[in-house]
Amino acid sequence: MMQAVRVRLFARLQEIAGSDMLELALPIHSCVQDLRTALRDQVPKIAELLARSQIAVNNEFVGEGAPLSANDEIAIIPPVSGGS
Amino acid sequence: MIELTRQPIDDHSLTQLVRRSNCGAVVTFLGTVRDLTGSQVTVALDYDAYPGMAEKKLAEIEAEVRSRWPVGDIALVHRLGHLEVGEVSVAVAVSSPHRADAFDACRHAIDRLKELVPIWKKENWADGTMEWVHPAKAEGGTRKTE
Repeated sequence: MMQAVRVRLFARLQEIAGSDMLELALPIHSCVQDLRTALRDQVPKIAELLARSQIAVNNEFVGEGAPLSANDEIAIIPPVSGGS
Repeated sequence: MIELTRQPIDDHSLTQLVRRSNCGAVVTFLGTVRDLTGSQVTVALDYDAYPGMAEKKLAEIEAEVRSRWPVGDIALVHRLGHLEVGEVSVAVAVSSPHRADAFDACRHAIDRLKELVPIWKKENWADGTMEWVHPAKAEGGTRKTE
C-alpha cells in the first residue's frame, strides 16, 4: 500500500526542482532512506545537493531510519548559511 | 527572546532590552552583509528560512545558552528578505554578571545559529549572477572565520 507524502524544498533545491513542494508516493512504513531513494529517482537533478542535505520531519532533524507517515511535515534542509 | 523579522534590526534597542541591574556585562554581536567573499563582490543578499523550524531552533539555542551560562537575558534576531551590503542580518545580545560569560555565551549562540538554524542566503554578485550558498561542512576542528 502506498501513501502520498509531501516534501518541502528551499533555496537551491527549490530552484533546481522548480517548486517549493514535491509530492511522492511511498510505500507505507517507509523511512527517510526510502524517501531519499525515491527523490533521487523522481528528480535526479537534485541528487547531488540532496546527498549533502538533512531531512527534517515535523521541524526536527531525523536520521535515515526515521519512519515517515502521510501526515508528517517533511522538509529537505540543504546546508544552511544563516548568520553572516 | 527570539525573532525572525523582515524589518531592519534595531540593535541599539536589542542591547538595551537585555540589560539587567545584576548584569555588569552586555555583549552584542552583529552579523552584517559583507561586500567581498574571496575575490567575488557582493551587492546584496537574500535570506530565506523554513520559519517554523527556524524559530524552534532559535528557541532551543536560547535555552541551551541559558542552561550553560548565568544569563540575565538573551535576544537572537535574524532578518529575512533582501539586504544590501552593510545591513545587519543577525543580532545576538546577551547580558551576564561578568564579561567572560557574556562573551562566551554570545559566541556560542551565534556559532550554534550558523550551524543549526534553517536559514539560507542567496548571494547577489556584482556581475549580476545569483547563487544560493550551501557550504560543504568544515571538517572537525576547523573553525571558519567571518
